[in-house]
Amino acid sequence: MAETEEGKELSPSLQQSASAYAVIREQFADAVSDFDANETMPFFEVIETEKWPDIALFMRDHPRLKFNYMACLSGVDYPAEGKLGIVCNLESLGAFGHRIAVKVKCPRDGGSIPTAAYVWHTANWHEREAYDMFGMQFAGHPDPRRILCPEDWEGFPLRKDYKVQESYHGIKVPY
Amino acid sequence: MQELGMAEQGSIRVSRKDDNVVVIEKDLATEEMLLSMGPQHPSTHGVLKLECMTDGEVVTSAEPYLGYLHRCFEKHCEVVDYPGIVPYTDRMDYLAGMNNEWAYCIAVEKLLDIEIPRRVEFIRVMVSELNRIASHLVAIGTYGIDLGAFTPFLFCFRDREHILNLLEWASGARMLYNYIWIGGVAFDIPADFNKRVKEFVDYFRPKVVELYKLLTENEIFVKRTKGIGIMPADVAINYAWSGPMLRGSGVQWDLRRNDPYSVYPELDFNIPVPDGKFSDIGDCLSRHLVRALEMEESLNIIEQCISKMPGSDGFNPRSSVPKRVRPKAGEVYARAENPRGELGFYIQSDGKSTRPLRCKARSSCFVNLSAMKDLSKGQLIPDLVAIIGSIDIVLGEVDR
Repeated sequence: MAETEEGKELSPSLQQSASAYAVIREQFADAVSDFDANETMPFFEVIETEKWPDIALFMRDHPRLKFNYMACLSGVDYPAEGKLGIVCNLESLGAFGHRIAVKVKCPRDGGSIPTAAYVWHTANWHEREAYDMFGMQFAGHPDPRRILCPEDWEGFPLRKDYKVQESYHGIKVPY
Repeated sequence: MQELGMAEQGSIRVSRKDDNVVVIEKDLATEEMLLSMGPQHPSTHGVLKLECMTDGEVVTSAEPYLGYLHRCFEKHCEVVDYPGIVPYTDRMDYLAGMNNEWAYCIAVEKLLDIEIPRRVEFIRVMVSELNRIASHLVAIGTYGIDLGAFTPFLFCFRDREHILNLLEWASGARMLYNYIWIGGVAFDIPADFNKRVKEFVDYFRPKVVELYKLLTENEIFVKRTKGIGIMPADVAINYAWSGPMLRGSGVQWDLRRNDPYSVYPELDFNIPVPDGKFSDIGDCLSRHLVRALEMEESLNIIEQCISKMPGSDGFNPRSSVPKRVRPKAGEVYARAENPRGELGFYIQSDGKSTRPLRCKARSSCFVNLSAMKDLSKGQLIPDLVAIIGSIDIVLGEVDR
């Protein structure tokens, strides 16, 4: 993970993200990782996964953060680490305009991530999609079903080791 | 009902008070009925299924079911190289192909960190704004059909045809262009293209006014849309609505202004937001109004592009197109303002491969539609049609 280099001038938007991160770090200390200040997508990782809803609520409601807009939530597979994860792109819309990405990871087999659907409504469908494609559970999700694939589809298509099923209701699947 | 101590017994509605049972209604079935709307229903604009629980004419809940048009965009991205994904993005929101390609190219260009020639930027803005008008024309026209007005649809499609002809002239295709490439555009615009675009702008300006008279100010249309499906601004933000949907709720938010990309900072345009005089802020009419007003703003942008575009002397549209796209390791989330809202791409690159490790499309329709369940609660069935129409979904983008 790339550390912020000493003496290197950060761009204005990165500085905003970094100062927002400092507020989160102050509150949650070791529950979150160091800040990765890259130009394309500055992010930090939630190390203690079970604290994710608290962090999410804190980020949304803190008067200096106000991350009220979840632009995107993407599921990601990390086969080398044996983990699945989500990447949330958050933004303070209309209040401060700063942006930051948050990563949350869980074990690949039977792992679960606490849901953020009660913090941002939009996370509801995004999390359903992540579950549909990667198979991680979202603990406490209000509607934990598949969304794009049929309910009886086997496996999770975007996992790197996914093998497509031979037939689905008598229809040959691989083409 | 509960306070009076009423209860239902079969088809007889009774009232209980102090153990005295009084029959007040007979043979009036009040059970909820499950009504399935779609996947083959004209008002769902494609293959969307809504499972509605109805109590008479009132919808108590509507659950959307998606996936009928799921074409595994993200899975395909794992086996196709970076430039090969561009034609796939066309097929997501097939009414605004240019805007989709552009959003994807912005994401990859951010990872590659390459400089784009100025003329290319102006060409991109111009074709995208043309495509935005074409897309809004479909949205407005089909919305009219949903609410029983057939004529505006024909007017809209007549004018849209002019735009598609222009874009076909530039790219060779009517809807699925593959015109904007990573680092450039496929071809320079033809000679006289700008002249024809200017002719179209002059032709189209009065047509927008005509459309106002025909549809927007139509008494029946206003009655069907005003005050229907109101979405408050803070809830809209919490649902991550974007584009005309969010602006319809009174939030002046446009990525072209608030997270500027390309040459938009140099261009002068307004971000129309309803003021609450003609419509109730956040209702279906507001969302329609924003789209109608945006068409005029797009015309302004196109006119500025024509006057500001650098000449074509010694111009090679592919001069910055990389021979082999292999970005450095890293992640990017980039977005652009599409006709339907924020289209974002999350791309993860491992630095070695010419294919992305992960490419996720954040589809604006998908996110906008996710509020459907809350939005439809307690509405009448005909109003449900008005609400779906105002969200302006393209199922190709919802299901990807």
